[in-house]
Amino acid sequence: MTRIVNFAHGAFYMVGAYLAFTLTERLAGTWGFWGGILIAAAVVAVLGALLEIVLLRRIYRAPELFQLLATFGVTLMVQDIVVLIWGPEDLMGRRAPGFRGAVEIMGQLVPAYDLLLIVLGPTVLGLLWLLFHRTRWGVLVRAATQDRDMVAALGVNQKWLFTSVFALGVFLAALGGALQIPRDAVSHSMDLRIIVDVFVVVVIGGLGSVTGAFLAAIIVSELNAFGILIFPKISLVLVFLVMAVVLVIRPYGLFGKAEGAQRTSLGLSIRPWRPFTQAERIAVGAGVLVAASLPLFLGNYALTVGSEILVFVLFAASLHFMMTVGGLASFGHAAYFGLGAYGAAFMVKLFGAPMEVALLMGPLMGLVGAVLFGWFCVRLSGVYFAMLTLAFAQIAWSIAFQWVEVTGGDNGMLGIWPASWASKPAAFFWLVLGVVTVGVCILRVLVFSPFGFALRAARDSTLRSEAIGIDRRNVQWAAFIVAGTFAGIAGVLFAFLKGSVFPDNLGIPISVDGLVMVLLGGIETVSGAVVGAVVYKALAIWLMSQTEMSKLILGAVVVLLVVAFPKGIVGFLEDLRHRRRPASPPAGFKAAKVEAAE
Amino acid sequence: MTPLLQVENLDKSYGGVHAVRGVSFSLTAGRILALIGPNGAGKSTCFNMLNGQIKPNAGTIRLNGADITGLPPRTVWRRGVGRTFQITATFASMTVRENVQVALLSFHSKLASVFRYAGAAYRDEAERLLALVGMEAQAERPCGELAYGDLKRLELAIALANQPKLLLMDEPTAGMAPKERVDLMRLTAGIARDTGIGVLFTEHDMDVVFEHSDSVMVLNRGELIATGTPEEVRRDPQVRAIYLGEGLLYDAKHREGSAA
Repeated sequence: MTRIVNFAHGAFYMVGAYLAFTLTERLAGTWGFWGGILIAAAVVAVLGALLEIVLLRRIYRAPELFQLLATFGVTLMVQDIVVLIWGPEDLMGRRAPGFRGAVEIMGQLVPAYDLLLIVLGPTVLGLLWLLFHRTRWGVLVRAATQDRDMVAALGVNQKWLFTSVFALGVFLAALGGALQIPRDAVSHSMDLRIIVDVFVVVVIGGLGSVTGAFLAAIIVSELNAFGILIFPKISLVLVFLVMAVVLVIRPYGLFGKAEGAQRTSLGLSIRPWRPFTQAERIAVGAGVLVAASLPLFLGNYALTVGSEILVFVLFAASLHFMMTVGGLASFGHAAYFGLGAYGAAFMVKLFGAPMEVALLMGPLMGLVGAVLFGWFCVRLSGVYFAMLTLAFAQIAWSIAFQWVEVTGGDNGMLGIWPASWASKPAAFFWLVLGVVTVGVCILRVLVFSPFGFALRAARDSTLRSEAIGIDRRNVQWAAFIVAGTFAGIAGVLFAFLKGSVFPDNLGIPISVDGLVMVLLGGIETVSGAVVGAVVYKALAIWLMSQTEMSKLILGAVVVLLVVAFPKGIVGFLEDLRHRRRPASPPAGFKAAKVEAAE
Repeated sequence: MTPLLQVENLDKSYGGVHAVRGVSFSLTAGRILALIGPNGAGKSTCFNMLNGQIKPNAGTIRLNGADITGLPPRTVWRRGVGRTFQITATFASMTVRENVQVALLSFHSKLASVFRYAGAAYRDEAERLLALVGMEAQAERPCGELAYGDLKRLELAIALANQPKLLLMDEPTAGMAPKERVDLMRLTAGIARDTGIGVLFTEHDMDVVFEHSDSVMVLNRGELIATGTPEEVRRDPQVRAIYLGEGLLYDAKHREGSAA
């Protein structure tokens, strides 16, 4: 409703469950149990409101992705806080008093508590509908969703309006988590599990439609239940397959309406991009040389870490090309990274190919995947595009996870080692550095090529670009394929670096890492992704070695960066540089600069 | 000689609303045709059908004799139709010159090329187009910080990039200051007459319409109610009643004034 893509919702769900666990343990009796659940939800709602006031209010005007990033940071922090307070073990909650038994329906025993939940769902749906359609508050909220400024101009304090909506949403999330405890164990990984399901539900149902979400939730759970019975092999894929089909047929979900005008297009910078000047080129060259000389000083461990950082530089750069230049925010970019990795593994394991061949053939898997998935994805835009990319990534992940005969499933594929000449960390580091440097350079050249301009044109104004003969879908599809291929190359390097591939290479955490890197570096810049990748990855690895609470600190850093440097590191530096210089240098000076760069 | 643009029985309805009914007209090269009418008359729908953004329910649109009905905008553009929008649509992340360069690259079918610097392509041609609309001094400026009137002129430069035979301008002077309006239309009229481009434009500013157009069409509730020279249309009683008005306030005041 508030048009905030809230990643932290899963976290609230989890906190609700944990709090309810504690409270129901402390408070005795029937009243204690139900009271505990309600109190837990209410407490979490207050926490949510506080979060909204302190953090989200500052970034309402920012593109949706920044909100996503901030809430992701919160999620990371909450995960560690939960472990800190409640410990890492899974907790089994108490049974609900009064609903311990089971009822026999058509010869099947159904737990009474489940029946209660079945009744509770439609009740909440009905109440929500009444709330949004029959109360003054609900009308205001719906109005504010469409045009926040207009509602503010009518004298409504829309800040508090949004805080209350957010608190309500959080309350429901926490309630859901709390109600879950008699059925399922409480664990600190439940937030990511639920948030993916919830995104799928919301997208299938259509954004902003409570009825749609409810119907979609039923479809998804039925699919989950029957999928395991009927198609055990592809049960994980099924849900995402359905989502993909729904989105392709009805791009705005079952009950959704076409998206309104997007607030801010991604990567839209008022300051036009320019190629490097001569001096900057020399600086970059020097940077690469310094990196190339690192093996002379550093030990093997540091070099392995360095190689990993470089791999992610290429991954982030490929995502950046799609996101910033193409305006296509992908939540499932890891799919192509992982496909590349698996491609290399197949070459080595199934065909016994040497590393050089795998290095060439592996990215082809990423390319093929991008050709296939991209064709569907570019038919959508905005949040729906992002969700469909996520769905495809999950499909790829499920295949890798469940097709045990070929991919080894959860055990992954081991023993994918580089050729002997590149087996030393130093040699491998140089190999990675070379490939990544070339890759990033190609991507940068593409940005400033006519193709890159066509891509930006399609991003800036679809209307205008169509009117000057640019086919938006084809151009964006091409960008999707380019990005997928380069992500595939990064994946191949990663496979040889680790000597193994796992389904996790295709997983959501890697996709999210990529997003964070791009946003951290600065979405409006040409090369921010490189800086973002280095900083984020180095920080993550260093924190992991230094402290148990790495997620807490990382999350805090992410949140801080979003609030303090919304333009990312590189964007912030560019702002500084421009503030020092006179506002607009004479045209001749600029022209000379551009010519020098050519 | 086949006319540049020939429209026959164009029809479009949205659900129950019959937005455009049986509109037919033609336009010869080098002429300027204005399409006027009250709000909601179907002007923009008409325009978007000519340009390919909306598919008509019935009717044909011919450009130099070739049927272009229902083709997508990008194909229509390739056939030689330039277009400016009521609310300007430009590429905000690029400089003024780069905006024109993209259009030029597209016109020369060079957008698929990947290994050259686009900022260097067709520079002179872009400069020439910008000079034509009086924007050459602002070529290096970011498009995102331009004033609205300048954006309108930039749009004109972009629309001219494919050396169009036909120029469609949807309210070209909306949101501009009076002086700018006159300048822009004078400029457009000059370009059209010099290069033999046919221009079709919609407009609410009657000074602009009557000064620059060769003929005027009046649309009301989806139907053409009058066509002719500006003078004929201005005198048409139906048009006066529906759109131009009788000058009631102004005339009445003067009559009162003279009586007193």
